[in-house]
Amino acid sequence: MRRKLGYADVTPKNLYLSRRTLMAGAAGLAAGALLPGGALARIAAEASPYSIDATPTAYEDITSYNNFYEFGVDKGDPKAHAGALTTEPWSVVIDGLVGRPGTYPLEDLVAPARLEERIYRLRCVEGWSMVIPWIGFPLADVLSRAEPGSGARYVAFETLMRPEEMPGQRGFFQPLDWPYVEGLRLDEAMHPLTILATGLYGEELPNQNGAPLRLVVPWKYGFKSIKSIVRITLTADQPPTTWNLQNPREYGFYSNVNPAVDHPRWSQATERVIGGGIFAPRRETELFNGYAEEVGHLYAGMDLTVHY
Amino acid sequence: MPVMQGAGTINQALRRLPTGPGYLVGLVPAAYWITLAFQNRLGADPVRTLEHELGIIALQFLVAALAVTPLRELTGVSFLRFRRMFGLLAFAYAILHFTTWLVLDRQLDWPRILADLVKRPYIILGMTALLMLIPLAATSFDRAVRWLGGARWRRLHRLAYPATALAAVHFIWLVKTWPLEPLLYAAVVALLLAWRARGAVFSRRRRIRGQRAA
Ligand code: HEM
Repeated sequence: MRRKLGYADVTPKNLYLSRRTLMAGAAGLAAGALLPGGALARIAAEASPYSIDATPTAYEDITSYNNFYEFGVDKGDPKAHAGALTTEPWSVVIDGLVGRPGTYPLEDLVAPARLEERIYRLRCVEGWSMVIPWIGFPLADVLSRAEPGSGARYVAFETLMRPEEMPGQRGFFQPLDWPYVEGLRLDEAMHPLTILATGLYGEELPNQNGAPLRLVVPWKYGFKSIKSIVRITLTADQPPTTWNLQNPREYGFYSNVNPAVDHPRWSQATERVIGGGIFAPRRETELFNGYAEEVGHLYAGMDLTVHY
Repeated sequence: MPVMQGAGTINQALRRLPTGPGYLVGLVPAAYWITLAFQNRLGADPVRTLEHELGIIALQFLVAALAVTPLRELTGVSFLRFRRMFGLLAFAYAILHFTTWLVLDRQLDWPRILADLVKRPYIILGMTALLMLIPLAATSFDRAVRWLGGARWRRLHRLAYPATALAAVHFIWLVKTWPLEPLLYAAVVALLLAWRARGAVFSRRRRIRGQRAA
């Protein structure tokens, strides 16, 4: 289904960002909420050969059906409560085994990037999927600029910890340990499919989808794609990850989409398709969410039932 | 037996209520959720929402049926006339919940349905609960009570306790973390079971004491 990869396919679509639109895009990211009439900025972005050929799920569904436990455990909680989150100013600490550690203002990370639209299927570990037209840029760009040291083998990520604005982080009943942390192997992080997203549907990310900056790793279950990132750390050892800490038997470090490796409590062979109404046929889940050709080599020789 | 002030008045009012229309009223939420589902007005994941709403209501009616006796013993207020209705509505909702799973969620994919039914603990628990409710629903008519005899009928209908307990565990088993709601239901069901166990111990003691006195 996916368009064949290859640079011949990357035909310029007259969507190349001029320096001006780029700056306007970045400024729009920062000032979107302040635009007159509350209109969101349209972000200019290039089409990408990595996009899948599938109709995106409705904006309403993508932005109202979210797992973002910092705002509550119900799917509707993030939309109901994330509005209060302050996303500017925003900066990301990049540290660990890098040549240029530091605190990077969001604008400095986004401005040099060539924003692309990546239409990816998001497969949740709970057994449903939706198709999301992300706007973002390769994580590799940011990592390269920070100059990973020779000993770096993993990348650790951390979500914002701000109980005043994140009701799921307050109170007696805490479903997870905060802050939410995730991790990738460095080669996974450098893979061109792995992006940092700043928008979707041509607009800046709604808070409930992980504004202002989130990871998207399309061949892994959704919880690996950590939201509202405040820290990226390069490490020599495999970093801890939130769901793995919560239940190591059910959620592994890799968490690659794999129809043949079931969740201990439910099957992963098929998925409910979000947005199609009650008669939408289930989808057969694909190995690596359909990206086996692109990422299969990363796991050559590994037993995926052990490294789930 | 402790009696709450005003219990008599409440009971009088309850006695005047007919039970027949109660079944229709009890099915209104089902009609509501199913209509919204067909109109595609249940949000992004309507099948799951429908499945959940029907499951929750089934559990609520089971809890209501089990709460009738403790409520009467604690307050004097008696819903005894409505207990059969609570139980049958619970059964109806459990069947609708199961049908939603079979038809809309699993889409009659029989090999995978059978695999789930033997492999997934939370499905096995739900199915066991539902199977336990079948003989109860089937013997819920006056003639069945007469035919079985009161003692045997009551013994059979104690199945409502394990069925509700399994349903509560089924709920806990399918969530990803430890959210409050399933734990609250489990706590309420545990209290009802404890009440019932206490009652059983008391009546046995009373019986034994009675035998000694004789
Ligand atoms: C007495 C019988 C049953 C009761 C009272 C019951 C109750 C419940 C409750 C309370 C929920 C959770 C709803 C929520 O999260 O809001 C639930 C979910 C569910 N139940 Fe049942 N259930 C019963 C039988 C069954 C049976 C027989 C099956 C299938 C064989 C089943 C399959 C499911 C499924 C698939 C879910 C949703 C899981 C998900 O979130 O993906 N249940 N049930």
